[in-house]
Amino acid sequence: MGAKATRDSFGEELRELGKSNPSIVVLDADLSVSTKSVTFAKAFPERFFQMGIAEANMIGTAAGMAFSGFVPFCCSFGCFLTGKYETIRVSVGYSQANVKLVGTHAGLGIGEDGYTQMGLEDMNLMRGLPGMMVFNPADDKTTRAAVRFAAEHRGPVYLRLTRQKLPDLHASADVFKPGRGIVLKSGGKLALIGTGATVAEALQAADGLSSYKPWVIDMHTIKPIDKELLQTLATQCTHVVTVEDHNVIGGLGSAVAEALCELGYPGKLLRLGVQDTYGESGLPHELFEKYGFSVAQITRRVDQWMNH
Amino acid sequence: MATSLQPLRLPATELEKIASKCRRKILTMLEKAQSGHPGGSLSAIDLITTLFFHEMQMDPQNASWEDRDRFVLSKGHGVPALYAVLSELGVIPENELSTLRRINSRLQGHPDRVVLPFVEASTGSLGQGLSIAQGIALALKLQKKKSRVFCLMGDGETQEGQIWETAMSAPKYHLNNLVAILDNNNGQIDGHVTEVMDLEPIADKWRSFNWAVHEINGHSFKEVIGALEKARTEPQKPTLILARTVKGKGVSFMENQIGWHGVAPTAEELKKALAELSGGNS
Repeated sequence: MGAKATRDSFGEELRELGKSNPSIVVLDADLSVSTKSVTFAKAFPERFFQMGIAEANMIGTAAGMAFSGFVPFCCSFGCFLTGKYETIRVSVGYSQANVKLVGTHAGLGIGEDGYTQMGLEDMNLMRGLPGMMVFNPADDKTTRAAVRFAAEHRGPVYLRLTRQKLPDLHASADVFKPGRGIVLKSGGKLALIGTGATVAEALQAADGLSSYKPWVIDMHTIKPIDKELLQTLATQCTHVVTVEDHNVIGGLGSAVAEALCELGYPGKLLRLGVQDTYGESGLPHELFEKYGFSVAQITRRVDQWMNH
Repeated sequence: MATSLQPLRLPATELEKIASKCRRKILTMLEKAQSGHPGGSLSAIDLITTLFFHEMQMDPQNASWEDRDRFVLSKGHGVPALYAVLSELGVIPENELSTLRRINSRLQGHPDRVVLPFVEASTGSLGQGLSIAQGIALALKLQKKKSRVFCLMGDGETQEGQIWETAMSAPKYHLNNLVAILDNNNGQIDGHVTEVMDLEPIADKWRSFNWAVHEINGHSFKEVIGALEKARTEPQKPTLILARTVKGKGVSFMENQIGWHGVAPTAEELKKALAELSGGNS
């Protein structure tokens, strides 16, 4: 099994799309080497716009290009991009601009650079905007599928990508359907739902929790959340766990909690992820351990919780 | 259907009449709504009138004509001025003006591009329109179109940092199809711009960012036309027209009164204002 950073998958897929779709333009704010938009820039320099370290202007410019028929991909770290919330809110969201916001460097997974470079509230911010779709894919193939979907879909999209490599989880890109979670394992009373980097963690943790026969779900779309799948889990499970490399407020855990409550789920919910705090420097695996969603932590905490 | 409409190129005398009519519409709208921004609408109306009735190529019957020139009202609170002009063009039916700021109206308190033709950008959160205008200008260049983009900014608005990000980037892309107009009425909610956060020397700032700058009296149609003419032939740079204006222009008791930034006139005040504006112009 291979492994690849989803930002790399993004850059490569965007270059592919650039060949067949002349409407695609790409903007970056001095991070093209890191976001991998540089892959597109090298192939199509005339459709790449280096906007300098000025994200708000980049986002507004992308909106103007979208109004004129282009499909702009606007790239930066997730934290810097969504930090320009007011510009996204009005120039993109309210304006129904066909802009694709690509935020890389999701979560604690970036490691040593520390909190200020980590997208830890980005899904929360983007999820609050009407009409904004939010994707957080977990491997190479589904990332490519999400990029292709974003390019075709008419409307604003937020695509959240990782700096670190993620293992291949899916045999084919066909399993990716926007707004539909992917069932990696069907199970019994316990469900583990991951998104992005934490899907692989949840899948591995499922081995240690095999006595509970857990479901494992790749919830790559945070908005709209897959209510149909959650209805199934609400009916069949007594314990649902969400795992995300993001603040548990406003991201996967919140989206699942909202849906489960509305669906009348009578069971318990455990939200693993960054517990309403800021991040810090460290190695990714150390941080996942400290903040409670490494494979070992997921296994230990869920096991304890199940026996509580 | 292909449209190839030339700009209307109405002369100053005609523009003055239309602007006067628009002033009356603005005040009537605001009185009816009992909210909104008269000061900045009245300072901007001569500029917007000149753009639509003299400078821009557009077809009032066909808002999506792809070769149209674009107008972005970055100072979204001045939108009654745009609604008045669009009603003069027949885009907004006369009787719809009374729905300004009412529920279910297309005439939102600040412009909404999704519901109203010729509103190229939804604005009102200050500082964003110039970036959008730049994006449209950049797209037009990519499409090898000759159309141009006009963006009207408030002076207080340029206290926003995003404006200066665009001030930096537009010259990089040689956007000579982008014309920004600064409605320099020296008024904002909390006081005079020069007191709240002074912008001077405005012309020097934009020049140093590598824009072509023309400073004019924003109520002299001749000067506005002259500056727009110069912008038309600018070979490389984006243009900034620094229009010195008077907040509340045309209504004696509103002129240069900060208090009239965001307060609607009473019925009595409207009567008085309309009487002043009818003086020999209609």
